Amino acid sequence: MSEAIEASTPDVEAAPAPTKVKAENVDVFYAEKQALFGVSLDVRENEVTALIGPSGCGKSTFLRCINRMNDTIPICRVTGDIAIDEQDIYDPSIDVVQLRARVGMVFQKPNPFPKSIYENVAYGPRIHGMAQGKADIDDLVESSLQRAGLWDEVKDRLGEPGTGLSGGQQQRLCIARAIAVNPDVILMDEPCSALDPIATARIEELMDELRQNYTIMIVTHSMQQAARVSQRTAFFHLGYLVESGPTEMIFTNPDDKRTQDYITGRFG
Amino acid sequence: MTDFTANQAVARKPDFSDAHLRKRYRAEARFRMYGIAAIFAALAMLAVLLGSIVTTGVSAFTQTEIALDVTLDSSQIDPAAIAKGNYRKIVRDAIRAQFPDVSGRRDLRNLYKIVSSGADFTLRRMVEADPSLIGTTRTVWFKSSADIDQLNKGAIPRDVPEADRRVNDDQIAWFDALSGDDRTRRSFNTTFFTSGDSREPEQAGVWGAVVGTALTLLVTLVLSFPVGVMAAVYLEEFAPKNRWTDLIEVNINNLAAVPSIVFGLLGLAVFLNFFGMPRSAPVVGGMVLALMTLPTVIIAGRAALQSVPPSIREAALGVGASPLQTVSHHVLPLAMPGILTGTIIGMARALGETAPLLMIGMVAFIVDIPRGFTDAATVLPVQVFLWADAPERAFVERTSAAIMVLLAFLIVMNLAAVLLRRKFERRW
Repeated sequence: MSEAIEASTPDVEAAPAPTKVKAENVDVFYAEKQALFGVSLDVRENEVTALIGPSGCGKSTFLRCINRMNDTIPICRVTGDIAIDEQDIYDPSIDVVQLRARVGMVFQKPNPFPKSIYENVAYGPRIHGMAQGKADIDDLVESSLQRAGLWDEVKDRLGEPGTGLSGGQQQRLCIARAIAVNPDVILMDEPCSALDPIATARIEELMDELRQNYTIMIVTHSMQQAARVSQRTAFFHLGYLVESGPTEMIFTNPDDKRTQDYITGRFG
Repeated sequence: MTDFTANQAVARKPDFSDAHLRKRYRAEARFRMYGIAAIFAALAMLAVLLGSIVTTGVSAFTQTEIALDVTLDSSQIDPAAIAKGNYRKIVRDAIRAQFPDVSGRRDLRNLYKIVSSGADFTLRRMVEADPSLIGTTRTVWFKSSADIDQLNKGAIPRDVPEADRRVNDDQIAWFDALSGDDRTRRSFNTTFFTSGDSREPEQAGVWGAVVGTALTLLVTLVLSFPVGVMAAVYLEEFAPKNRWTDLIEVNINNLAAVPSIVFGLLGLAVFLNFFGMPRSAPVVGGMVLALMTLPTVIIAGRAALQSVPPSIREAALGVGASPLQTVSHHVLPLAMPGILTGTIIGMARALGETAPLLMIGMVAFIVDIPRGFTDAATVLPVQVFLWADAPERAFVERTSAAIMVLLAFLIVMNLAAVLLRRKFERRW
């Protein structure tokens, strides 16, 4: 994380990572009630971007716009532009199902399918035609579980139900399931809030490894977690994006007073 | 009365006294007793119901038979035309051989009435199966007539005056003589399970009704299950939530409560009169019952789909499954146990329905076993209804026996449902 700060020295200025997800002036309405007001945010490739803020400020709502999960809520209306790799994802010609294969999601409460561990991970590749034949799928399952850091614990019991694992293992299974389809972006909605500290630490380690191959956006209630895992942080408050920037800067020297109040614990 | 101002500092505590505790225990014991009494009442009613049916019907599973020595004289049966042999005379000669001194037309008629009128056909079928029997004499067991059968089972009391019974004193004497000679027995009533309806009780059976029921219910299942499940899936997962879908839901709920005879009238008006489909056929009966069962399947299906947690759907959508894939790969398998329960409830109701089928003509007296979906048929509840109305004494026990067969059918269906549900059950 400190590499991002040292890069500001003139001689070894590293080019900023390209923008993967670009949100411009995004408004979200639930029936008549507006939940997000003109949110504009750039998410850089192969970085972990944390969205922080008090409860009900719209961070999860914004996250769910990126993979258009808000479409499943009939009263929800999204306006503005969100582009991934410079392609507007709300364009009518975009197939939502394919979008969700490119943008994976891990939910707050681990929700593995009530199938075997193998089937959980194999389902995505199977429906997207990513593998031919059982050997192919076996390889894919193994590599996904390896990258999620779960392989050693479950390699002898792939046929057992995914719901029989512990909470932390279930969440890692959900991460394996998400990365099995090789998405470009992984969205994580408070992935550790239902887990104990040790499981949380393992998943945070995992995020650091994963960001080398994926772009990660994480919503978190814990400022310490945001400080630990992310390179950039965005602070939301009452539906507005108050401030965003490099994590170190947000936590040591924020521009906005509301950000200052939040991180020092005055509210939230 | 406590003085509040003085005792404000003393906090109130719950009443932990013995009397209070005993009052609660008594109330709980009373509640437990009500529950147990309710269970006992239900079981007692069930026992009385089943008991009365079984005690009345179990005697129908046996049939009195009489042994006669028949001489298959080749002068009576031409080997080239076995079907045209004079079997009636052969049987009558055999009866007379047992009681040579009976004479006079009236007495002889009474004598012949001891044996079932179907004895001729029994003998004919025997010879057709084995023509080498022609020219031999052998002892054959024939079914007795229904009245003698009832006498033997004790349903016709011997001590009432002769004018009040269906069998007169002579017939009783003849039968007793045969019994004394070990020429009577009660054997298992296979006819009951293998033949169709008949005017003569001893030749009547439920097999025609069983086949009719099976064919009709098959049509009902094939029509109501797929359509009902698809409708439930569409209404629950894909349909937009607006006034039209609300209207549809209200109407489906109401249809589930419509009296079944209305569906029968609909079947009569539309299927028989407008489309001209064959009257009394399983295909029409199945369609009528399917209309009746559909609302039940749809309502149970929707409830089962609603009970699947939304997190499953979100997880599937999140991995890039289309709405159709989400429903068919994840939601529907989890909802299957509930859907199957609803289907079996609907089918069990359809099994016992008589009124709508009467409307489409299944009240006819059908003797043949139906061979296809368009042959005229009857169903078990209608058969019970017809026999309950029949005047012959022997049909009383057969009615109860048919009810037992109907209940056995129901148990088999429920068993199938339990097994299917267990196969689909998953923990999550």
